[in-house]
Amino acid sequence: MSELVPEPRPKPAVPMKPVSINSNLLGYIGIDTIIEQMRKKTMKTGFDFNIMVVGQSGLGKSTLVNTLFKSQVSRKASSWNREEKIPKTVEIKAIGHVIEEGGVKMKLTVIDTPGFGDQINNENCWEPIEKYINEQYEKFLKEEVNIARKKRIPDTRVHCCLYFISPTGHSLRPLDLEFMKHLSKVVNIIPVIAKADTMTLEEKSEFKQRVRKELEVNGIEFYPQKEFDEDLEDKTENDKIRQESMPFAVVGSDKEYQVNGKRVLGRKTPWGIIEVENLNHCEFALLRDFVIRTHLQDLKEVTHNIHYETYRAKRLNDNGGLPPVSVDTEESHESNP
Amino acid sequence: MAVAVGRQSNEELRNLSLSGHVGFDSLPDQLVNKSTSQGFCFNILCVGETGIGKSTLMDTLFNTKFESDPATHNEPGVRLKARSYELQESNVRLKLTIVDTVGFGDQINKDDSYKPIVEYIDAQFEAYLQEELKIKRSLFNYHDTRIHACLYFIAPTGHSLKSLDLVTMKKLDSKVNIIPIIAKADTIAKNELHKFKSKIMSELVSNGVQIYQFPTDEETVAEINATMSVHLPFAVVGSTEEVKIGNKMAKARQYPWGVVQVENENHCDFVKLREMLIRVNMEDLREQTHTRHYELYRRCKLEEMGFKDTDPDSKPFSLQETYEAKRNEFLGELQKKEEEMRQMFVMRVKEKEAELKEAEKELHEKFDLLKRTHQEEKKKVEDKKKELEDEVNNFQKKKAAAQLLQSQAQQSGAQQTKKDKDKKNSPWLCTE
Repeated sequence: MSELVPEPRPKPAVPMKPVSINSNLLGYIGIDTIIEQMRKKTMKTGFDFNIMVVGQSGLGKSTLVNTLFKSQVSRKASSWNREEKIPKTVEIKAIGHVIEEGGVKMKLTVIDTPGFGDQINNENCWEPIEKYINEQYEKFLKEEVNIARKKRIPDTRVHCCLYFISPTGHSLRPLDLEFMKHLSKVVNIIPVIAKADTMTLEEKSEFKQRVRKELEVNGIEFYPQKEFDEDLEDKTENDKIRQESMPFAVVGSDKEYQVNGKRVLGRKTPWGIIEVENLNHCEFALLRDFVIRTHLQDLKEVTHNIHYETYRAKRLNDNGGLPPVSVDTEESHESNP
Repeated sequence: MAVAVGRQSNEELRNLSLSGHVGFDSLPDQLVNKSTSQGFCFNILCVGETGIGKSTLMDTLFNTKFESDPATHNEPGVRLKARSYELQESNVRLKLTIVDTVGFGDQINKDDSYKPIVEYIDAQFEAYLQEELKIKRSLFNYHDTRIHACLYFIAPTGHSLKSLDLVTMKKLDSKVNIIPIIAKADTIAKNELHKFKSKIMSELVSNGVQIYQFPTDEETVAEINATMSVHLPFAVVGSTEEVKIGNKMAKARQYPWGVVQVENENHCDFVKLREMLIRVNMEDLREQTHTRHYELYRRCKLEEMGFKDTDPDSKPFSLQETYEAKRNEFLGELQKKEEEMRQMFVMRVKEKEAELKEAEKELHEKFDLLKRTHQEEKKKVEDKKKELEDEVNNFQKKKAAAQLLQSQAQQSGAQQTKKDKDKKNSPWLCTE
């Protein structure tokens, strides 16, 4: 019986099982310089990072993003003019900046979602967001299947979604659960408790426990997802974060005050100054270190290797092909007949 | 719900200044750490005549003895032999694959010598492309077998390139990064070497062979790459044996007239090759293979398969339509083959059935025959039995008759006397 292969594939010469030559290197070869070579190359090309913030208005999303990246990335609403502030529908606003630190250039895009959860009837208000995320995957997929591809495909996919939870002290709202249930499968969600300075330490830890429990009961896998832990080291590190620190209770501020002779970012109240970067006051520093200093690359990789691949597989399986979708996202979209 | 997307175009991206330390400068480290834990792949192809020193050079470059037997000169054709090794230095794990061309340059007719090499390189690209086109794929832990560097070993004739070399390099230059080297450089004197090198380079240029260009776009490596490029092709000597020089042991070849030291830059260019190949440009070689050679292969292959990009005005995604068409074609073929198979199966079953029926019939016939024979035998036996019985009966009769006769005779004798007696006594005794 002949093999049913559409075209004959030349069989490569099968390499032998890899022989491990380890300890008997008679001298220095220089293989470890590849790390330096790689580092130089990546510094030259620069990085893209796209972060989305979702939450009801007034929870401090823009302030937090500005605090995270220590610059005026988002423009806050300075005037609270009711008519112009709350949009009738959920809008997606993506603003890109280039920031540089230590020779590393990063193209940071912050995607804001004004109007989320602000209507009286909030049914399906996560749909525009889900649509936007899928559109970015679609764009990337299109570039990837081109015959003549660009050397570096521009990456607009959402790497990280910060979901802001209202500090009610009770539990998660149905809207929160619905949103996270739908979107935890397509994007990395990091739940964040906003305006954490309204809770005392006991209230904070109780609230966090309840939130964690509720997320678990509802089967919501937030980042870092358990199933993507690669080895034991990752697992123990991530377990610690998942079970103790998350969701991070944060406070944001872009104003500086003098405390103990140092200038710190904080919020001034009649009863004291809340220092944003003080771990005793709030967990902003933990969030910043987690997102930026240790897991930035991992966020991008999980997005690329897992969420994007899932999208791609689903897309290519549906009817074995992709229907024509216009690239320009400002036009209305044709649906697949 | 209509969604309005506001997005600043790329040109308007503002440079923002940071008012404090954010911390994303650790990003290259994060990236590198991930790669280190996965390990790196590096694949070298060595093209050159048998006995020119390919295996020795690899041993010298990587400071180990890769087990391999030297090839004979009797190979009927060129074949490629690939061997993989795992090397580790500090925390870097390297999966090194060395591909050797066995029998290159040994045949009388070398017309097709380059073909197995080109096929092998294409096969690796094809494997990667197939993985990339899969629906469910795992590119991030794919073991990359594509050739990253091709060391072309030039024989140290001292004159010029052989025509085999030119033809082979021309076929390979668009598929792989070629680094030409002069092997066994200790057979050429220094002044001849210089002339030889320039002759080779000018021949390569005049024949349009694109060899690998060491990258000069980044400041840190531009200088060293530029200075090294001048010495191309590198004249190398390989040796794994050590000779005592001064008070140190160094890799060298010992001759009656002196010692050629491998790592002495005055003696040969081995150190330069090692610098360029491993310590400076390994990552660039890998990148060029992926972004240039592989993309070119992919483009050609997809175009050949019938796909084309359309301009943005017409309906995009003829790729997917053609893909769909191909898929349907493939499925149709599959169905046809399935039908064929089914029919063949049915036919075979019928044949077998007929055969079995035949056999059954034969068996029946045999059985009938046997039965008949058996009956015949039985009848014969019965006949014989009957005969025998008849005989016995006859015999018994005869015996009885004889006995009777005898007794009669006796009786008659007795009777005679008795008769005589009786005659006097009983008148009613009748004689028999």
